[in-house]
Amino acid sequence: MDTPNTEIDALVRREYQHGFVTDLESDTVPPGLDEDVVRLISRKKQEPAFLTEWRLRAYRHWLTMSEPRWANLHHPPIDYDEISYYSAPKSKDDGPKSLDEVDPKLLETYEKLGIPLHERAALAGVAVDAVFDSVSVATTFKDKLAEQGIVFCSFSEAVREHPALVEAYLGTVVPYTDNFFATLNSAVFSDGSFCYVPKGLRCPMELSTYFRINAAKTGQFERTLVVADEGSYVSYLEGCTAPARDENQLHAAVVELVALEGAEIKYSTVQNWYPGDEHGTGGIYNFVTKRGDCRGNGSKISWTQVETGSAITWKYPSCILRGDDSVGAFYSVALSNLRQQADTGTKMIHLGRNTRSTVVSKGISAGRGQNSYRGLVQIGKGAENARNYTQCDSLLMGDRCGAHTFPYMEVKNPSAKVEHEATTSKISDDQLFYCRQRGIGEEDAVSMIVNGFCKEVFRELPMEFAVEAQKLLEVSLEGAVG
Amino acid sequence: MLEIRDLRVAVDGKDILTGLDLRVAPGEVHAIMGPNGSGKSTLAHVLAGRDGYEVTGGEILFEGRPLLDLAPEERACAGLFLAFQYPVEIPGVNNTYFLKAAVNAIRKHRGEPELDAMDFLALVREKLAVLHMDESLLKRGVNVGFSGGEKKRNEIFQLAIMEPRLAILDETDSGLDIDALKDVAKGVNALRSPERAIILVTHYQRLLDHIVPDRVHVLSGGRIATSGGQDLALELESRGYEWVREAAAGA
Repeated sequence: MDTPNTEIDALVRREYQHGFVTDLESDTVPPGLDEDVVRLISRKKQEPAFLTEWRLRAYRHWLTMSEPRWANLHHPPIDYDEISYYSAPKSKDDGPKSLDEVDPKLLETYEKLGIPLHERAALAGVAVDAVFDSVSVATTFKDKLAEQGIVFCSFSEAVREHPALVEAYLGTVVPYTDNFFATLNSAVFSDGSFCYVPKGLRCPMELSTYFRINAAKTGQFERTLVVADEGSYVSYLEGCTAPARDENQLHAAVVELVALEGAEIKYSTVQNWYPGDEHGTGGIYNFVTKRGDCRGNGSKISWTQVETGSAITWKYPSCILRGDDSVGAFYSVALSNLRQQADTGTKMIHLGRNTRSTVVSKGISAGRGQNSYRGLVQIGKGAENARNYTQCDSLLMGDRCGAHTFPYMEVKNPSAKVEHEATTSKISDDQLFYCRQRGIGEEDAVSMIVNGFCKEVFRELPMEFAVEAQKLLEVSLEGAVG
Repeated sequence: MLEIRDLRVAVDGKDILTGLDLRVAPGEVHAIMGPNGSGKSTLAHVLAGRDGYEVTGGEILFEGRPLLDLAPEERACAGLFLAFQYPVEIPGVNNTYFLKAAVNAIRKHRGEPELDAMDFLALVREKLAVLHMDESLLKRGVNVGFSGGEKKRNEIFQLAIMEPRLAILDETDSGLDIDALKDVAKGVNALRSPERAIILVTHYQRLLDHIVPDRVHVLSGGRIATSGGQDLALELESRGYEWVREAAAGA
């Protein structure tokens, strides 16, 4: 007789598909961090003085900080001296200037990942910026976007070509003193993407960034900055993969979004970093700070994330609803399988009047995964008529995994309306049997039930990403019941 | 079509079925009646292959093949359908999508081409009319927020779409008002055919006023205590189950 236990015991024998390593010559600094390394990174990137100084201030501040311990996460201490803080694929020239100059091996890697830059750019109408280890290697559709005044390029390039924009916005949402990992990132960030959409413009295509960690023993510290000027709109997608390695790799990224008056930013992430194996060996430690600032009245920022990878996820994409009538949203699917641990959620900080926020979080735990939702809803004194709706659902598969919910609410204005709903359910044997009695095999049934559970989040994703996300969940759960 | 020989089933070490024999030929409608706890639902679940039932003896042949070795989905693909007493809710999974996946899983198994959306929709429209089912139910999650009657109609709707060889209706009449009962009966009667067999598991005889069975069996003490025609159901209605139990004990 198949008990649910033995079914789940057969859990996930599927290998991580993106776990290949690309053999590239790379330019990597020796492990360890001091002011010289920070200066070296800045020099390598030919940065202006303001940025070098900013990095150094961050580094000095970082030395006074310690790792946060409040999350529901357990891992051996990270040795920050073991990490190399800069790694770039070595190329003959100073760097690729166009796609044709990009190392064919790199392009091959992206093909394997299912992101043929040429094709994806041309067919899907998605502009892609690809970040390999620490360096942005190719940005497609750049020229076409530039014609309309949209800046979409690697962060390094933005620093070189639009220093005023970078200086005006960098660190204004996530200051370099923000938290241990964001501060570390501020000191050593190597590259990332930058986007600026000018006043009144609707960005005509989805902008997309792909992050890939390739080199061993390196940390990846990208920084993304998206600025939507008054009345503009942009939809931004981010995807991530890494090779399967036995040691843990640190990923500490920062994403800052700024929406000025009447602007809207949709930021979607499909995160599929290597999760480690079923014994908990290897995998990415993902400590990421993402925050959006609805700076102008009537602005809107939404975060949609599908998180299936990483050994550890520590991530709270947040919205500061500063402008009156501004709107924040957070839609999340987080899957913890194998021995993955996720402590993720959001912060909605209501400062302006008539601000609204929606939080829909779907946590799926399988194997020995541990999934925690941690969310803060804060209504400031001046946030007249603020409204928040939070829905937090957990789905458990098997009995060795866990789901936890930590909602925090701070309300300082009596006119606020804050709602929180939470459910925990199991994929029941009844549901599985019902599907199977109708001829649907067990794995298909599981995937159908899980996709149904995540539907409210998937429908927030751009079409092609939604398909990708569904497939990713299917793959991540393959063999989860059998 | 279906042959059950000396079936013995235990649940948590307790004997529920203690030597049940039953033969159902194509084209026949059989009613399995009996008091609560007599093993009616156990029989339905064992036929469909649900976990948690230990078959301790006997065998079941479905169209000449041993049934007990097959997984639930294989039984479904072989043409066995169970209309559930308590249909399960599956949030977020569209009712139509679910049914199409089910139909196509079975077609695929049989080596038939999968139905496309247009063909499927045509099939759905045709069957909806028979059951007086509200079309809005198609767009909702599987059984999510359905009333008891809607859930049962939905089961019969699935039955009508899937056109199995053997349909087992587990207490489909329970909790139905008279209008719903008539619609359900109409749906089931429309499916009667010389190739198809139907087993009605029911506590009450009122369903049998609308779906007239060829044979009526009364379960008692884990086996079939007595069998007859529709008259037997009427007799049970007036005399209750006690006399069957006594007769079985006396025999």
